[in-house]
Amino acid sequence: MDMIFSVLDATLRVSTPLVLAALAGLFSERSGVVDLALEGKMLAAAFAAACVAYIAQSPWVGLGAGIAAGMAVAMLHGVVSITYNGNQLISGVAINMMVSGVTPVLALAWFQQGGRTPTLSDEARFTAIDLPFADAIAHSPALKTFFGHNILVYLALLLIFVVSWVVYKSRFGLRLRAVGENPHAADAAGISVKGVRYMAQAIGGALCGVAGAYLVLAQTGAFIQDMTAGKGYLALAALIFGKWRPWSAVLGCLIFAFTDAIQIRLQGVELPLIGSIPDAFIQALPYVLTVVLLAGFMGRAVAPKAIGVPFVKSR
Amino acid sequence: MAELAIELIGVNKHFGEVHANKNITFGVRKGTVHGIIGENGAGKSTLMSIIYGYYQADSGTIKINGKAERIRSSHAAIGLGIGMVHQHFMLVDPFTVLENIVLGAEGGVTLEGSLAAARTHLQKLNQDYGLQVDPDAIVGELGVGTQQRVEILKTLYRGADVLILDEPTAVLTPQEADDLFRILRLLRDQGKTVILITHKLREVLDITDDVTVMRAGEIVGQVRTADVTKEDLADLMVGRKVNMHLDKAAAVPGKKVLSVSGLNLVDSRGVALLKDIGFDLHAGEIVGIAGVSGNGQSELLEVLSGMREATSGSVQFKGMELATLKTREPKAAAYRKLGIAHIPEDRSREGMVKDFMTFENAILGYHDDPSVRRGFLFNRKAIIERCRRFIDEFDVRPALTHRRIGLFSGGNQQKVILAREIHANPDLLLIGQPTRGVDIGAIEFIHKRLMQLRDEGKALLLVSVELDEIMALSDRIIVMNGGAISGELPAAEATATSLGLLMGGHK
Repeated sequence: MDMIFSVLDATLRVSTPLVLAALAGLFSERSGVVDLALEGKMLAAAFAAACVAYIAQSPWVGLGAGIAAGMAVAMLHGVVSITYNGNQLISGVAINMMVSGVTPVLALAWFQQGGRTPTLSDEARFTAIDLPFADAIAHSPALKTFFGHNILVYLALLLIFVVSWVVYKSRFGLRLRAVGENPHAADAAGISVKGVRYMAQAIGGALCGVAGAYLVLAQTGAFIQDMTAGKGYLALAALIFGKWRPWSAVLGCLIFAFTDAIQIRLQGVELPLIGSIPDAFIQALPYVLTVVLLAGFMGRAVAPKAIGVPFVKSR
Repeated sequence: MAELAIELIGVNKHFGEVHANKNITFGVRKGTVHGIIGENGAGKSTLMSIIYGYYQADSGTIKINGKAERIRSSHAAIGLGIGMVHQHFMLVDPFTVLENIVLGAEGGVTLEGSLAAARTHLQKLNQDYGLQVDPDAIVGELGVGTQQRVEILKTLYRGADVLILDEPTAVLTPQEADDLFRILRLLRDQGKTVILITHKLREVLDITDDVTVMRAGEIVGQVRTADVTKEDLADLMVGRKVNMHLDKAAAVPGKKVLSVSGLNLVDSRGVALLKDIGFDLHAGEIVGIAGVSGNGQSELLEVLSGMREATSGSVQFKGMELATLKTREPKAAAYRKLGIAHIPEDRSREGMVKDFMTFENAILGYHDDPSVRRGFLFNRKAIIERCRRFIDEFDVRPALTHRRIGLFSGGNQQKVILAREIHANPDLLLIGQPTRGVDIGAIEFIHKRLMQLRDEGKALLLVSVELDEIMALSDRIIVMNGGAISGELPAAEATATSLGLLMGGHK
């Protein structure tokens, strides 16, 4: 029983940055801009959050810095993809490579700890929030699974609702979807395609910022080189698996997070008949699952029609 | 003089070296249907784009309802009561009709209120103009005619008093076109002003009150429709006397060249694109395939030219079964050598390589021909020589062998392709949309040439969405609908109405 709760608990913790990044990708891709740069945005945000939280000794200031960094990188992706009609895939990959290279160099220069940032004290991190019935929680693993998390986990949950509403029920959402499906139609209707796409980048950058900050402020407590470890790509895979719909994408994230939680449990465990499986194989599980899920579902996934195509006015 | 809804005075627009609109001065009377005709590249679209705010004029004045305005964006144009129905619909396919209509003109931050308000408004518009559009239908699932009505509704919802329609009948069956014209008349009778951009003279005579004719960026005629004939307008458009009438001697069909039976094509998603197609084609005969585009004609050409493999069925060419033919080279190349020439529908994608020179395009697909080879290499001199002959014989202008073919006009590109395909002296010519994007002068030339080929005893299969063209050239007409043949009739008995009914799938 405890085992189940602890896996679920881990699933929620691991899925939070995935969910945030997937929602970020949703804005970008629904607006017609391929977002491979999720990874880079998260990594930049993680780095900024780690540095600033360390100096300011405040998780909130760190979170703000993470969001700012995420948005800054998103704007770079925007300038390349939206203003200059560059190749979105290349822009994304280039950004990821750049951030992956620049962050440890800066960390080394500033903190001399081998490309890491100093470990944050508890005051500078997000820890499990104190609820009035904290005592009850501490003694019940079931309650702890759902109520013993830091505030960002709940923020992510709330954001799923907000994003669904925005995408399907708001004016901005209608325009966002129109711009990603048929930018020429949106343009003819008097909507600024570039404006909507920049807005989507900004929102996505902010969400990635929260995701990246979470990795540092709620999980590791320090920036480590390439600490996102493909989470941006996983989130993107979940988004595609979810056919660019918020709740389905979240489901994808939960599946990945669940596999991840299980793989940690499985490491070193003797299985009947098979015996012990090398850790490397087990660690690869979430990624193998990504390939399987995407291969199995890609055929039916219908991407926003204008995705990846720079918008050039037709007349 | 009646009140003018739109008036242009001395409008000029340049694109680099090109003077796209020269000193345009004209007015559109309120409450009329005003036709703007001209050939491709005459500047019609540029002019409309200026009125709709896509482009800014370099100089000149635009007056809307007598007041000079600067229209800096489509948003501004909409604000002034101008609506545009584009040739390629500006619709978001996965959205409902209602969402499409509201897009860009939403009331508030949330959608609920604006959708409800739009629903009420839409019902009224639906009634007033007899449009009959279901607000909750998914636009992508609607027929083209209905999609067009959604476009019209969009402009009306935004309070348009002036509607600009760009080549609205290009994608419609004659019946759908009639429906559209009924709606346009209704709009006019209720005081709206309609501007109709087209190159189809018949439509202009049918529905417009006034006509403005454009040629090479200039206005060359402004007349009341009642005062002119089709011939007058054609002459004005081209700038010289045009012989619109094609002299056609009775066909003398010879031996059977092509015999198709039970031809089926199913794509990877399981959609049947061709259903049980069967027909014969004889030497010295032109068979026309009519139909609204997207009803299987393109696929039929692809199969017959060897670009695509049929799922089942038989194609016999001069008694030889092609379906089971084993070839070492790609089928399209093998078919060419057997004597099947193909002038593809999509000229710029399948008929030529835009960035290649004229002479290179002149041997495309025939590059294995020993007469243009010298061992492994090309015989450049022979190729250029051949291209030179094509240019002379087909009056290609400008007469340059070393010019990227993409820079030629559509008509001249088509002439090069036609020359190339005819040169191999094929027995069967598959011709897709021979005059799409081709100016009237070149149409005349191409049509004459095709008739000449027929009279020389070639078999011609002609696919075209232009009914006039099909009726003028064909000896027999096959109509396709939904991937199947919905009817066949001798050209002498065919009328736009009878073909239109078959095109719509009525037997």
